[in-house]
Amino acid sequence: MTTWLPICPWTALAPAYGVPALLAAEPVAVFRTHDDELYAVGNVDPFCGAGVMSRGIVGDRGGEPTVASPMLKQVFSLRTGECLDDPAARLPTFQVRRHDEMVEIAVP
Amino acid sequence: MTRTLVVIGHGMVGHRLVEDLRARDEADAWRVEILAEESRPAYDRVALSSYLDGKSAEALGLAGPGFLDDPMVRLRLDCGAASIDRVSRTVTATDGTELSYDALVLATGSRPFVPPVPGHDLDGCHVYRTLDDLDGIREAAVEGAPGVVIGGGLLGLEAANALRLLGMRPHVVEMAPRLMPLQVDGGGGRVLAGLVGELGLALHCGTATDSIVAGPDGRVAEVRLGDGNTVETNLVVFSAGVRPRDELAEPAGLARADRGGVLVDDRCRTSDERIWAVGECAAVEGRCYGLVAPGYGMAEVVVRQLLDLGGEAFPGADMSTKLKLLGVDVAAFGDAHGATEGALEVVYANNAAGTYAKLVLSDDARLLLGGVLVGDASAYATLRPLVGRELPAPPERLLLPAGTGLGAGALPADAIVCSCNNVSKEDITGAITGAALSDVAGVKACTKAGTSCGSCVPMLKTLLGECGVAASHALCEHFGQSRSELFEIIRVTGIATFSELIGRHGRGLGCDLCKPVVASILASLGRGHILDGEQAGLQDTNDRFLANMQRNGTYSVVPRVPGGEITPDKLIVLGEVARDFELYTKITGGQRIDLFGARVEQLPLIWRRLVDAGFESGHAYGKALRTVKSCVGTDWCRYGVQDSVAMAIRLELRYRGLRAPHKLKSGVSGCARECAEARSKDFGVIATERGWNLYVGGNGGFTPRHAELLAADLDDDGLIRLIDRFLMFYVRTADRLQRTAAWIESLDGGLEHVRDVVVEDSLGIAAELETAMEQHVDGYADEWAGVLADPAKLSRFVSFVNAPDAPDPTISFVAERGQPRPGPVTLPMPSIRAARPDSEEVPA
Repeated sequence: MTTWLPICPWTALAPAYGVPALLAAEPVAVFRTHDDELYAVGNVDPFCGAGVMSRGIVGDRGGEPTVASPMLKQVFSLRTGECLDDPAARLPTFQVRRHDEMVEIAVP
Repeated sequence: MTRTLVVIGHGMVGHRLVEDLRARDEADAWRVEILAEESRPAYDRVALSSYLDGKSAEALGLAGPGFLDDPMVRLRLDCGAASIDRVSRTVTATDGTELSYDALVLATGSRPFVPPVPGHDLDGCHVYRTLDDLDGIREAAVEGAPGVVIGGGLLGLEAANALRLLGMRPHVVEMAPRLMPLQVDGGGGRVLAGLVGELGLALHCGTATDSIVAGPDGRVAEVRLGDGNTVETNLVVFSAGVRPRDELAEPAGLARADRGGVLVDDRCRTSDERIWAVGECAAVEGRCYGLVAPGYGMAEVVVRQLLDLGGEAFPGADMSTKLKLLGVDVAAFGDAHGATEGALEVVYANNAAGTYAKLVLSDDARLLLGGVLVGDASAYATLRPLVGRELPAPPERLLLPAGTGLGAGALPADAIVCSCNNVSKEDITGAITGAALSDVAGVKACTKAGTSCGSCVPMLKTLLGECGVAASHALCEHFGQSRSELFEIIRVTGIATFSELIGRHGRGLGCDLCKPVVASILASLGRGHILDGEQAGLQDTNDRFLANMQRNGTYSVVPRVPGGEITPDKLIVLGEVARDFELYTKITGGQRIDLFGARVEQLPLIWRRLVDAGFESGHAYGKALRTVKSCVGTDWCRYGVQDSVAMAIRLELRYRGLRAPHKLKSGVSGCARECAEARSKDFGVIATERGWNLYVGGNGGFTPRHAELLAADLDDDGLIRLIDRFLMFYVRTADRLQRTAAWIESLDGGLEHVRDVVVEDSLGIAAELETAMEQHVDGYADEWAGVLADPAKLSRFVSFVNAPDAPDPTISFVAERGQPRPGPVTLPMPSIRAARPDSEEVPA
């Protein structure tokens, strides 16, 4: 059975915005899109090693929900974690849900 | 073995020759001795008038420090040549020095021609040739009084403009029945006369100067004309043409041309194989050229011979001219006067609009031979390359003003589009298709076309279109509009959110290109705190955390220090904060103190202390006004002529927080020594004895560029008014991430257009721009104070939303030179595989 870790109240995460969270010792970036979909990817930018992905700008490319790294601006798919500017790079992805007015991440 | 080249004359052409030689002479085969009669090294004589418009002598100088410090070059100022001894191969200088040469180049230029009218040598008579001449004219000028220019050619009109700049009422006396008789025909002259007459010039054409009469003090008092008129004046400027300085030739046994000038062959060689002549003193196969471009061509021809690079002959010169004189467009090209036998003329004159255009055609009306354009020279770029070719369209279509409907397709492939750099149409279209160029900037970089005088830039745009490059100005996939169009939409509709804007005028959800642009526009228009509601998610990370993100994900903190002036108490606070939070400290290039290495969760704590101590946000993070650097001006400096510190503080406080398409920097120097480096800034201010000179469009970006003079001798309020207009015009119309230098370059008309809009108010929007800036100034509030007062905003400054006090494990520091710097990444990084998708994963 999946264990869910509550991260923050739903209201603490604004639309088209991200927050950083700590899952065990792993930094995770949790995003809410404009239509209230939730995504979670690793918070560490693979190009520079800094934990900054949650501070990126949320948007879309050709309809695919994305976040752009605030460091050097590479764009990643929020769905798959894949870097759309450099298919060789990828962020880990995590299951995330809204439950009892809380945002929760699945503990792997 | 090193040989010696002696160059007599350090004008534009002499300088170009030596500069060109030194650039190509990698083996240091030539040591160069230059004799310069004037007290300064070579300067831009073509731009002489701008000296009266506020440009300094230094700014006009052509010789950089690299040239003047070159050990292979010796420049003797205030030292002309007295004689040449071809047998001993020596030149005797006016100070008695004897210089031996292996090669000798005469670059002595020309002297102004002063017609021998009675009184031509009285006190108050001047010529218009050197900076010293201009100093003399400036000294003698009396504001509001009439001044007389004798000569209505190119140079005469320039001199008349100079008198106008000095506040005088210029009269122009021209013997021919029209102005610019060499370039323009009768019809063009009439239109030109009408246009310059409107500018307040009094014209006396078709009459000679009878005499110049002294008053009781022995100085010029009036000028009597052949038509019986008299002009009372104390100042006369002769600009009735030039004569080659060929006086060294005959005593040295060198031939002169029948009409003057040192006679040389098509390789610029005199009859002595060791002696050349270039520029205005040279008569190439008997013909003198009074323009600088042919002189440069001659210099190159000689350098090639000196370095044995193969002796191409001087190709002759295109004497076409396109100028803006006193703000009036004038162009003449090819056989402008219809001197070819049987030539036909087609003329279109519009006296109401003040335009005149004439084409000269061959006797069968098929070939274009030349033409004249006055008032509107926009067709020049299309017509000049067509000279000597068959007309691609009926002449009347070619003559109608701008937008003749004649496409660049009409140009033959080998037609020269950019004559400054000798670039043909096929060079350009080949580059566009070959290198997949998509804009004018690309064409400029790739072909050099359009990089000198710029008159062919409209043609480059047309050629891009012809090659099927649709000029897209779409911001990104979400908006088809450009930044300036979005600015207007938001300004006019009052839309205050990104969602509404993209819902009504865009598509999709937005991205990291369009969101910050819209955020910046909303901020420029003063629509709320930048972190209010939805706006927070639009901001680039720097604006989102009101600090500048550094490479390890920490931030730098930079409080505002207006003008670089700071009290000891505030300095101590900065030191204490840095010590307590273990921050790295550095003085920035913009006279502020940078505190590095702050974690997200520390930012509010740091700013609490800074705000309490009286600091405010320095906007070191935003695309906004950063710093206004200053020297100490009259407060402390022995040389300062204005209070640069007070002005810098006033400007920084006025424009603080102003969001722009790119970051903006400024500087204020208290004197021409320019210690604040104001000319490397987006807008720079330099004090003069009469007020402030305003320079715009400089920056220290990756294509460094000096700012250019926009207006001179302004008083405090006049200065601020012009900066208000300039900045607001830029904020409204520039592209995303376009700095002021690139913005000015991108405008049709460049700096001239900016001056029209900002100084002359040609669009009638100056008042609106000022009001918009006034609203920005009134609406300013410290962004950090706003964050500290708002718990919702503060709640975003956490390392982790579910563990606000846990430090980010990706951040570490190591010590270096007694301060922290980012340490190595401590976490395993997500994968970056090798480029081939089927290869094994490798750690990044």
